[in-house]
Amino acid sequence: MSTNLILIVVTAALINNVVLSQFLGICSFLGVSKQMKASFSLGMAVIFVITIASAVASLLYDFVLKPLGLDYMKTIIFILVIAALVQIVEMFLKKTSPAIYTALGIYLPLITTNCAVLGVALTNVQNGYNFIESVLCGFGTAVGYTLAIVLLASIRSRIHEEDIPAPLRGAPIVLISAALMSIAFMGFSGLSF
Amino acid sequence: MNKYVERLYNGLVKENPTLILMLGMCPTLAVSTRAMNGIGMGLSTTAVLILSNVVISLLRKVIPDDVRLPAYIVIVASLVTVTELLIEAYLPSLYAALGIYIPLIVVNCIILGRAEAYANKHDPVLSFFDGLGMGLGFTIALTLAGMIREFLGNGTFFGMQALPKGIDPIGIFVQPPGAFLVIALIIAIQNAIGIKTRQRSLVEDGCDGICANCSARCGKGQPEEVSAK
Repeated sequence: MSTNLILIVVTAALINNVVLSQFLGICSFLGVSKQMKASFSLGMAVIFVITIASAVASLLYDFVLKPLGLDYMKTIIFILVIAALVQIVEMFLKKTSPAIYTALGIYLPLITTNCAVLGVALTNVQNGYNFIESVLCGFGTAVGYTLAIVLLASIRSRIHEEDIPAPLRGAPIVLISAALMSIAFMGFSGLSF
Repeated sequence: MNKYVERLYNGLVKENPTLILMLGMCPTLAVSTRAMNGIGMGLSTTAVLILSNVVISLLRKVIPDDVRLPAYIVIVASLVTVTELLIEAYLPSLYAALGIYIPLIVVNCIILGRAEAYANKHDPVLSFFDGLGMGLGFTIALTLAGMIREFLGNGTFFGMQALPKGIDPIGIFVQPPGAFLVIALIIAIQNAIGIKTRQRSLVEDGCDGICANCSARCGKGQPEEVSAK
């Protein structure tokens, strides 16, 4: 049982890395990774929101949508719940721990439309995960996201110094770096046992 | 130029959402393993985009400004659900191939971006053509990436064997790294022949300049607006 749970986390974080093999959250992955510090803050905010969102979405699906036969409403319900949740988390943090609130800053509201959040909630339902599995899968996914964006940010800070052929400057070189990272992460698929 | 044709030209070429504005990268990278998938995803998104543009444009005087983003999200999510159910019923093979990326059309930045930047300021007919142009621009970009990846990675062209027997395709191109590489090369070629991408460069504070995607209301960014003259 516990190996199964560990496997869910490892799979979500490394083997099926949300950015490098599922292509979710690419916008912020490419956008924010210019700076190390910003990437780290965004990563933390994503871990926070995705873990809570998967928990709430899982409870809602198991206890409200499924018993009522409203399965097909899940996309609408989940996106609304995530949007509301982000607002609530934001207000809650603002009141209770201003330090975390300032650290996460603008990244918190930005997460609403990060497709990784909705993606994880839908994947959990699709895989038939129970509550604990959903939370762990959400957490693992978010850790994988943070890992990828922080790694890309550190690669980009080095690229910045280099003399890159003109046509590759800007977006192309970042995408090529992401491609190489993705090849490296494919190595983790050997871990699936 | 006729203003309707201008909208189409704008979406297809001048402000191609994927190749020039670099929006909606998630589905572009994810479903471009086959050219057919690219067409399927592109047309599904186009359908949602046209409908959402028209509905939002019709309701633009009814929806209060303060709650417009939640309202847009509900409209888009409903349209996506309808599209998803239709695809599941009539095109089961496409449904299986696209999987989770169909419901994720809801969070495609292109759709909310157009709602915020265009449909809530223009009449339904113009918004219809704007959606059509942007949607087809997206479809073309997806199909192009899909054709390249399918040919290099699988040796086929729209499912037909294109490489002679005995030449092995380069498998990595249909795997995740290939997606990043092919898009990088397409953009590099554009750069080389002088077509500038206008990636919203994501400023230090994490603002990506697309206010439709953000609830911070900093008032700083301008929704990308095109002088439709």
